[in-house]
Amino acid sequence: MSTLAHDHDHAPSGIKRWIFSTNHKDIGTLYLIFALTMFFVGGAMAMIIRAELFQPGLQFVDPQFYNSMVTVHALIMIFGAVMPAGVGLANWMIPLMIGAPDMALPRMNNMSFWILPFGFALLISTLFMEGGGPAGGWTMYPPLVLQTGQAFPFLIFAIHFLGISSIMGAINIIATVFNMRAPGMSLMQMPLFVWTWVITSFLLIASLPVLAGAVTMLLTDKYFGTSFFDAAGGGDPVMFQHIFWFFGHPEVYILALPAFGIISQVIPAFARKPLFGYASMVYATASIAILSFVVWAHHMFTVGMPLKGELFFMYATMLIAVPTGVKVFNWMATMWRGSMTFETPMLFAIAFVILFTIGGFSGLMLGMTPVDFQYHDTYFVVAHFHYVLLTGAIFALMSAAYYWLPKWTGYMYDEKLGKIHFWLSTISANVLFFPQHFLGLAGMPRRIPDYNIQFADFNMVSSIGGFAYGLSQLLFVYIVIKCALGGKKAKDRVWEGAKGLEWYVPSPAPHHTFETPPKLTKEMLEH
Amino acid sequence: MGDKTKIKKTTIMLFFITLLMFGFGYAMVPLYDVFCQITGLNGKTVNVVTETNEKRIVSDRIVRVQFDSNVNGDLPWRMKAKQVIMNVQPGKFYEATYTVENMYNGDVVGQAIPSVMPGEASLYFKKSECFCFVNQLLAAGETKEMVVRFEVDKDLPEDVDLLTLSYTFFRAKPDNS
Repeated sequence: MSTLAHDHDHAPSGIKRWIFSTNHKDIGTLYLIFALTMFFVGGAMAMIIRAELFQPGLQFVDPQFYNSMVTVHALIMIFGAVMPAGVGLANWMIPLMIGAPDMALPRMNNMSFWILPFGFALLISTLFMEGGGPAGGWTMYPPLVLQTGQAFPFLIFAIHFLGISSIMGAINIIATVFNMRAPGMSLMQMPLFVWTWVITSFLLIASLPVLAGAVTMLLTDKYFGTSFFDAAGGGDPVMFQHIFWFFGHPEVYILALPAFGIISQVIPAFARKPLFGYASMVYATASIAILSFVVWAHHMFTVGMPLKGELFFMYATMLIAVPTGVKVFNWMATMWRGSMTFETPMLFAIAFVILFTIGGFSGLMLGMTPVDFQYHDTYFVVAHFHYVLLTGAIFALMSAAYYWLPKWTGYMYDEKLGKIHFWLSTISANVLFFPQHFLGLAGMPRRIPDYNIQFADFNMVSSIGGFAYGLSQLLFVYIVIKCALGGKKAKDRVWEGAKGLEWYVPSPAPHHTFETPPKLTKEMLEH
Repeated sequence: MGDKTKIKKTTIMLFFITLLMFGFGYAMVPLYDVFCQITGLNGKTVNVVTETNEKRIVSDRIVRVQFDSNVNGDLPWRMKAKQVIMNVQPGKFYEATYTVENMYNGDVVGQAIPSVMPGEASLYFKKSECFCFVNQLLAAGETKEMVVRFEVDKDLPEDVDLLTLSYTFFRAKPDNS
């Protein structure tokens, strides 16, 4: 065993280091780079969508291709950008935060990352196939999705791959956190980022297998003559929606909970105050996770449910606002009378609290059955989930990137450029998505390449915001590369008010950390 | 650090949960069917009754039954209800007729799938005879009158005064006869 560990000290150089790596920091870096790459691939598709919607009429792409852009953009952003970025942060930071030398299952960690490029190669290759890529929406509702051409089996197997990768990542995280904490760190002393990832991991292993089952049923329906969703053979297409959203709603919290964790690390650091209501944060996160399994049908109020069903799902949905409200309250209470400074991570964190809450409110509106009948499948929905995912999840990931980048590279990033990136992102994201609320309320349907002339102005504004947002993310890449190459040396404790074990290791964090468990002092366990 | 056997135990347990949830995805299929049958929620409930000669209690309520028909895009048929709406008394049997035409120049087998709205009323909609009970074969260009005999149960909830019976004809699956 010791020889093996010895070999690792001479980290293999070149490409082999990355392909065979079992080091949590290397794998974390791979995940983060992969996620950023996918963010731009999915972003390029969003640019095509916004270019087509710049003016009414069909300008650049045909409707089939437009629809496959909408579909693949969603799949890439969810499974390729936000989830891998979260897993990458978990890989990098969880062992550092709990004082463990590495993840519990390092080889599985390597495998779960390297499945991803193959999964996405399958998915993206469909765009070049006869009949085009999947164009039935990322929700893959039958019978429409069954009309996909040769791309169909590739879509299904890509989803299987991405699911397997995420499940392995989740198992690894739980095994690490439950077994590898430094002696003396109880569960209720873990940093909140670790907590949110444990809960997210449970959501992953409980919900992704259900999606795997659902898409397998689609596959056998199309090729092996089963009738799970085929009414002609006694199946029911609505059942797919139930099974899909049984996965799909927990999935939105899989995207959001790690973001909550990040914000709960960043805000106390820059408010220079302990996190307000630590225990209530943990319980709120857990209750959000549990409730997420009993609200799925609010995505499908219009399929023709009985009144009692709609009432149940409406009230259960409203209930989620309570623990979420607890979290927002705690973040604000943490900032209350703190000695705040506004470095880039904090700016993104504050923008997250405000803009995620706007997305939460439009979510409450959508959760009300009677009004949902008007909003369903309109741009109001698009505006809602982009507020919670882009200005929510992505903003939190940006905050995390700026917060920990000096720890990863050993250099400070360019603060001035970081702030410019923040302001460009925040302004353009709002120009991009706020008008979509109005479009939706006025009745513009989603997933349509052309639209009525009455929607022209707001769409043009939205597209301009979209292009500005897309371009300003290039600045982020520049900042990251610049920071990786050099700059002002970062201190071990990069931020004055930052709490947690990760700040007790040098910057940049060496290849191996905490090979002997740290002796925890009271100060090390502060939040 | 990190006890190897403990890590192994956690990992095996988590893999087991994963498998269990995969199974649960499939278990949702029969669960969904049972749930729908008990509650009548998706309107597909088929209540078959046999007509007997004994005297039946006929309610003096009048409820309306609407007839709707659709043909799936894969099936080159045309279908039309002969009557748009009927006023029926719960407890009494009625007959409704659909005209179905095969526009293809060859034999085609179809299967009609019924649906009753509102869902809670579907439990009270009972059929003694229906063309949807079996596959229907139509020769090239053939037109056929297809009959459904039904009653609305006298226990139909008070607040329901309009039911819609809808059929969709699909191309029959080869193994579903």
